[in-house]
Amino acid sequence: MTPFTQDLLIAVVKIAVVIGTLLGAFSLMTWIERRTLAFMQYRLGPNRTGPFGLFQPIADGIKLFFKEEVMPAAADKWTFLAAPVVAVATALLATAVIPYGPPFSLPGWSWLPEWLQGRDVQILIADLEVGLLFIFAVTALGVYGLVLAGWAANSKYSLLGGLRSSAQMFSYELALGLSWVTLIMAAQSFRINDIVAGQAGWFWNWNVVLHFPAFLVYFLAASAEVARIPFDLPEGESEIVAGFHTEYSSMRFALIQMGEYINLITVAVLATNLFLGGWNSGIPGIPETLLGFPLGFLWWGAKVAFVLFVFIWLRGTLPRFRYDQLMQFGWKVLIPAAAVWVMIFAGWVALAGRGG
Amino acid sequence: MDAVLFYVFAALAVASAVVVIAQRNAIYSAFALVVTLCSLAVIFALLGSPFIAALQVIVYAGAIMVLFLFVLMLLNVRREEDHPAAGGRTLRGVGLALVTLLVLQAGTVLLRSDLRPAAEFDASTVEMAETLFSPQFLYAFEATSILILAALVGAVVLAKKEL
Repeated sequence: MTPFTQDLLIAVVKIAVVIGTLLGAFSLMTWIERRTLAFMQYRLGPNRTGPFGLFQPIADGIKLFFKEEVMPAAADKWTFLAAPVVAVATALLATAVIPYGPPFSLPGWSWLPEWLQGRDVQILIADLEVGLLFIFAVTALGVYGLVLAGWAANSKYSLLGGLRSSAQMFSYELALGLSWVTLIMAAQSFRINDIVAGQAGWFWNWNVVLHFPAFLVYFLAASAEVARIPFDLPEGESEIVAGFHTEYSSMRFALIQMGEYINLITVAVLATNLFLGGWNSGIPGIPETLLGFPLGFLWWGAKVAFVLFVFIWLRGTLPRFRYDQLMQFGWKVLIPAAAVWVMIFAGWVALAGRGG
Repeated sequence: MDAVLFYVFAALAVASAVVVIAQRNAIYSAFALVVTLCSLAVIFALLGSPFIAALQVIVYAGAIMVLFLFVLMLLNVRREEDHPAAGGRTLRGVGLALVTLLVLQAGTVLLRSDLRPAAEFDASTVEMAETLFSPQFLYAFEATSILILAALVGAVVLAKKEL
């Protein structure tokens, strides 16, 4: 086998692993979120299907699959059909440049082909030089899915939801981008692997300590980007029914939901990789592998799970913003705060020499 | 591999650019323009400049076109009415002649050149930025920015009947 075919084969396997895991995580997340929210609100949540209600996502999937697909008579047919696809495609595209866990060596089992034994791999589909910028570009494209969904249905509520989501994502993208600037300055690279590598050692080396203002801005802007409470105005059900996906039913509704949850997971993974030290344990001296298993996956997975839990926690705790408050907060608080932090850090780097 | 990708995305860019002009539905036009911009970004990436490719998508497809779509949706532009082109036959004839001339010229240029990059371009993003902000190019660079600003102001003046 030529090296090119080997690389191609590995890439295909990685894509299958990442997309499969994300889809599994998406369905599991719907259950975890509903159960956790229920406990926070003194309810039980879905607990009838399977042990602890664990099969609820499967039941939901079957239900959505067999439901009738309704399309409004006045809808713009092709755009209406394409919008959920755009939403999911952009959400999945962003996951291609994110590292999931540490680089590791494959075990030297004898049944593996020789070129696979002991090969260094990482669950990362494309290690782009401009990784962070790529994510930024793709999330910027992600707006189109929501906007087109809102416009194509030709319904007032959908259109209002679409307008709201485009304005909101547009405003908060600026703060989101600014919150990454100081990380890029400190790591001198757009590559996520480099940023993670810069956080090795003790846990006070993690970016969340030094770049705490950036972390706050990132967390708030990112939860606005994925339109979670308290920023879920694009689908505020007490005002505009369900916003841009009011008219969607059946599997297309499921596709839009899938896009949203994959975006949420992406945001959590990015928070882990960029700010929370990635797969570094935070305590030097802990071995990197245990019986050949790279322990980095454990720390990394725990951090991602924690960030996801905080998102659910916020949803169970906070009320929704008013629209003018949302715009005011984005433009007059988050963006200036991020810009000031960039200037402070840039000044510090310039005065104290290169590197954070 | 690169050549195949180039031809695929170049064809996509041209085809969607044609759709931008030919399409009567303004939203479809805007969406086709997004496809054009993204294909151009892929071509930039193939030329060895992923930074420019990412900026292309962020600035044009991600920011400017979202604003376009936002305005189109606010105005609820559905479909431009079919109306005869202003100026009548003579103007259309002249336009067609000009387009033919342009296509012929483009063809001659393509035939004469040997279609290779002028020089091996292998500068990093930082070097590129340093060149761009060097005294050699700084004036042209800033002048372009002022030109774009002037165009923006002009667009506002044209669009608003009363200021």
